[in-house]
Parts: sequence; C-alpha cells; structure tokens
Amino acid sequence: MSALNRRTVVETLLEQRGDALLITGLGSTTWDAAAVGDLPANFYLWGAMGGAAMVGLGLALAQPARRVVVLTGDGEMLMGLGALASIAVQRPRNLAVVVIDNERYGETGMQETHTRFGVDLAGIGRAAGLTSCVTVADERGLRACVSRLYEPADGPALVVVKVDSQPLPMVLPPRDGRFLKNRFRAALGVPGATG
Amino acid sequence: MNDTTPQNRPSAHQPWAQDIFDALRALDVRQAAYVPDAGHARLIELCHEADTIHTVVLTTEEEGVALLAGAWLGGQRGVLLMQSSGVGNCINMLAMVRECRFPLLMLVTLRGEWGEFNPWQVPMGQAAAGVLGEVGVAVYRVQDSVQLGATVAAAGKQAFDTDGAAAVLISQRIVGFKNWHAQRDPH
Repeated sequence: MSALNRRTVVETLLEQRGDALLITGLGSTTWDAAAVGDLPANFYLWGAMGGAAMVGLGLALAQPARRVVVLTGDGEMLMGLGALASIAVQRPRNLAVVVIDNERYGETGMQETHTRFGVDLAGIGRAAGLTSCVTVADERGLRACVSRLYEPADGPALVVVKVDSQPLPMVLPPRDGRFLKNRFRAALGVPGATG
Repeated sequence: MNDTTPQNRPSAHQPWAQDIFDALRALDVRQAAYVPDAGHARLIELCHEADTIHTVVLTTEEEGVALLAGAWLGGQRGVLLMQSSGVGNCINMLAMVRECRFPLLMLVTLRGEWGEFNPWQVPMGQAAAGVLGEVGVAVYRVQDSVQLGATVAAAGKQAFDTDGAAAVLISQRIVGFKNWHAQRDPH
C-alpha cells in the first residue's frame, strides 16, 4: 500500500502544467483537480465512465501543439482498457494519461478494484505499445515522472501513481456539461466557441 | 474461405461511398473513427486515403463517442462509423453527448433487417433506431443509395448547427446482405 496522498499527488502533478489541457475522469480525480483549482482549460467528466482517455485522445489529435493530460482513476481506466490500444495505434506525442490508483472504487463504497489483486495497468499500457509507461508509489518516483507529462515525447505516456485509500471530502467543480464544454473551447480560442 | 481478391472485396461494390465521403469533406470532418464494418469498407478506405481526415480505429464504438467529444473540445469535427450492433455499445457514452450538447454525426449500417441471415444480429439491428431516439439522437433513415450523400449532408448540418447528435441508419438493402449460402457452398 502506497503512503502517497492523492490530493498532494495531483497538486504536485499539476503545479507545472503551464498551458496544458486537462481531462478528468468520473469520480475522485475530478474532485482532486477541483481541489487544486477550477480552470477553463479543465474538462471534467461527471459521467461517461471509461471515456476519459479517449476524450483526451480526440483532443490531442485536434490540438497537436498543446500538451493534453488525462487524469483518471483505476476504476475508470479499467472500464475503458481498449482505449490504451487505440491510443497506442495513434501514437500522439502530446498525450499523457495519469491513473491515480487507490485500488478502490471510491464513489461506491471503496470496494476493491482489479489493481488490488495485481492487475498492472502500466504493464497493460506497455504491452499495448504506449511509448512510456511507469508505476510510481513514493515521493521520489512521483517527482521523477512529472516531466513525462509535460516535456516533448516520442509518443503517449501512461503514469500510474499508487496512492492510499483514505476517503477525502468531495470538492465539486461546475457540473453543467454545456457550460464546461463552451468554457473550454473559448479558453482554447476555437472558432465559433460561444463562451 | 472468403475470397479477398480486389474485385470481390465489399469495397469494390460500394460506389456510393464516394457520395458519403464528399459530404463529409464538405462538412469539414477531420476525424473519422470506426469499428471496421463491411458496409463501410469503401468509405473507410477513402478516409484513410484522404490527407485532410485523420482515421482512428477503435476497439469498441463507445470509444468513438468519447474521442469525438474530445475532438470537438479541440475544435475539430468528426464522424463515427459503425454497424447497428455497435449502437448498443454507445448508449451510456451518448448520455455525455446529450448533457454537454456535443455535436455528433454517426453513420450506422444496419444489420438485422432486409434479408439478414444471422439471427443474433436481429435484436440490436431492430432496436437501433429506438434506443438512439431514447437517448436523444436524431435518426435519419436511408433505403436508397441515391439518397446517401444528401442525407449525410443534412444529418451533419443538423448535428453541427444545433449542437446535437444525429445518426444516419443505412439499410442493409443498400450495403447488401452476406451471401451466406455462397460462402457455405461455393458450388
């Protein structure tokens, strides 16, 4: 069991984000990102479980000059494992997927997920063909992997951060999907964005 | 064994795919996501050959709904190609499309109607239009290949102009049913 606190981890990962675009998965990673601070360049999934990595892929393909970071949980990633295969085929150089892995379904009663029993998400990513896959479980490893999220790369990265399963208060960002979408597009300066 | 010589590929008998492709180009579609389907074979080839359209092969259709939401966030239009069995895979992801009012254009080749031989294809093929309607996707139906280009253009215009989802359901009458008897007994 890792001793890392997920909120501290996410704060560490995001403090160097610069103008990177952020997609968060349903559940705890959305609360984690909101705890660091709500920004127009954040798009939170309040549903669509299993979809976060693919939203990130579509965004990364549409915005090749911008870094795109997907921040999601182990349960959300497990529901869309095929996305790792689809991302590997595309090999976007500007996409990193971060899985905050507490080995629990945090929103439904902290039931154990597959990773609790040894399912290795970074190993699955590596086998799928993602360029850079790593699991970290301590402060030193976390610091060392931050650069994988924001520096130019040959292809997509997958970073799995093992964290403790301590329940934390929910921090809620805006949840109106249309508002989040329009705000995000306006922040990007997409033509036709309605703001 | 299936004959895969060029003249016997499904794509060799789909001249109307060019009409769909031209409509997609006119709509400024930049990402084409698909789970391979014989009915879309020629269209998938055309998308791969086009330098203005980026193709994304999916492991399951719901990935494409999420992908094209991300594409729209980044300022690009897309199209999602599938057969009717894939509609069922998309339903929960389509809830995001409805809540966020993402534009989404889906082209669905129907199975389970017009001479279907495989009973396992019938339930989802018959249910496709109904479940799409239930989750808020506008349904266009095409029975005649002559109507394909105009229908895709109209459905796409609706999707992108109204920030909504539209699906074009393409009858098996157009794409042809599998010649099961010929494959089972070539003589």
